[in-house]
Amino acid sequence: MKILLITVSVLYIGLLLVLPLIFVLIQAFGNGLQDYLANITDEYTVKAVELTLLATVTALLVNTIFGLFAAWAVTKFQFRGKKVVTTMIDLPLSISPVIAGLIFILTFGRSSPLFDYFNQMNLKIAYAVPGVLLVTVFVTFPFISREIIPVLLAQGKDEEEAAALMGAGGFEIFRKITFPHIKWAMLYGVVLCTARAMGEFGAVSVISGNLRGKTNTIPLHVQILYNEFKYAPAFAVSSVLVVMAIIILVVRSIVEYRWKK
Amino acid sequence: MYVELENINKHFGDFQAAKDISFGIEKGKLIALLGPSGSGKTTILRMIAGLETPDSGNIKIDGKIVNQISAGRRKIGFVFQNYALFRYMTVFENIAFGLKVEKKSKKEIKERVTELIELVGLKGMENRYPNQLSGGQKQRVAFARALAPNPQLLLLDEPFAAIDAKVRLELRTWLREMIDRVGITSIFVTHDQDEAIEVADEIIVTNKGRIEQIGSPEEIYRNPKTAFVAQFIGQTAVILEKKLETFTFPEDTKGIIIRPEFVSVTKKDEPMRYAASALRGTVENIKFCGNNLELKVRRGSHVFTAYRHLEDAPVKKGEEVNLFIYRVFAYRDGGISLVENDTLRAGDSFII
Repeated sequence: MKILLITVSVLYIGLLLVLPLIFVLIQAFGNGLQDYLANITDEYTVKAVELTLLATVTALLVNTIFGLFAAWAVTKFQFRGKKVVTTMIDLPLSISPVIAGLIFILTFGRSSPLFDYFNQMNLKIAYAVPGVLLVTVFVTFPFISREIIPVLLAQGKDEEEAAALMGAGGFEIFRKITFPHIKWAMLYGVVLCTARAMGEFGAVSVISGNLRGKTNTIPLHVQILYNEFKYAPAFAVSSVLVVMAIIILVVRSIVEYRWKK
Repeated sequence: MYVELENINKHFGDFQAAKDISFGIEKGKLIALLGPSGSGKTTILRMIAGLETPDSGNIKIDGKIVNQISAGRRKIGFVFQNYALFRYMTVFENIAFGLKVEKKSKKEIKERVTELIELVGLKGMENRYPNQLSGGQKQRVAFARALAPNPQLLLLDEPFAAIDAKVRLELRTWLREMIDRVGITSIFVTHDQDEAIEVADEIIVTNKGRIEQIGSPEEIYRNPKTAFVAQFIGQTAVILEKKLETFTFPEDTKGIIIRPEFVSVTKKDEPMRYAASALRGTVENIKFCGNNLELKVRRGSHVFTAYRHLEDAPVKKGEEVNLFIYRVFAYRDGGISLVENDTLRAGDSFII
């Protein structure tokens, strides 16, 4: 039984994960190393990598801060509409990314009443970088707070109250009591958020308008190359994303290991 | 009065956790807030600490109204039910926390913490983390941590609830000694009458958000002022009828409460002073309690609890015995009185 289970698992992983990965690499290096290097240092590819990193970092910063605030508010205080807030936090998880992109087009695009207002401020959101950043933040919105909330709930309020009774201020309590407790959960959320932000396709695809060198992220760039039958470059760029994903995976394992300890 | 509560009310939604609570506490006393769970005792404690805000009424500490003073500035030491030790800090850091907040010098902190660690008998454990300590040790750390900043009042929420029975007894005595040594005014919450009676100078009995009675343990035990207190303290049997042979009850009696020590059980052939007016009952159950036996004796639809010495002639289950009730608590709306068996009052003249 044991052998059967292991065999099935290994075959499954091999077929679904390892095999495609090998094909990506074979295709990427199909025309030799020189060609591969040329492909991944291509002007548009570099731009796409830059934008992906920018979007990811933005999403991380915004969602870490927001996630902490939201988790803190929801777990340590009682207020009206708390259930609504908790549910709203999870909303981006249940909305299809394509729909998410569309929502932002409708909110900030030409047909929106807000469009003129932003236009006057010389701020272009739809089909521009701010739009890409915005949807990336949106789709990765719940990842960090969702990791922190259960940990905070399990901890209860006693330790914070004990510290408050001894005269500690809000920030001091957070720094010395709450943060050490949620540190690993938060980092884990950061890792998940990063992975999702880098790989996001649907929502970004709708709002970016696929402007090469301007609003293209790595996944979008891969799609464009592929549609133009440029297989080797497409797979070469894909491999960049794969490498980034593997780094995330390693970081994630380390975080998980340290957290359990 | 050192700590005073005046007409405190507190609601949680529709639930009223404190109804018009007023009491005062003298400096240096150890007070127990005793009541069943949900009786509002923890809420009272948390309001004194400033962790909850009363809807109305005043809380005074040392003559000053503290309602508007935040929890951190009331100079109160608080021991939580589950200790709430900072789990990412060592024993030393836990105890030092309050002093660090006060920006005391390193040297001062070290001296004070060392002194407290010695006081609570945890020398050598300074660098352990809370999860490496037993329940009793955690309790000692929580106590030392609460005392470190020299609070003017110490509050303890069910301090022994999370500790196993054997250690609990030991720790009770220990805590009493510690508080006496430090000489700090203290209030602790408990649902365990033995704990309150054994440790406290004064007991405040709470029920359904109200105070039922305030008094010394002896007063509370001997002269309960309400039916609730009479039932809650001691092992009692309650009879809702007001009929009992050879007793004369006041007109408005609602029911009677009988403690085991009010009842004597004798074998039929045993000499007994009031045998003539004793009732008959059947032993239903015998429980061995170490230094005595606890008997359940049935008479009609009522079951009485009584004690018998180990030295007395043994009784058997199912045996018919004499049951003599010396006195009972008779309760009416708004009061309670001790009623003696008429036979006792009739005096010695009946003895032949």
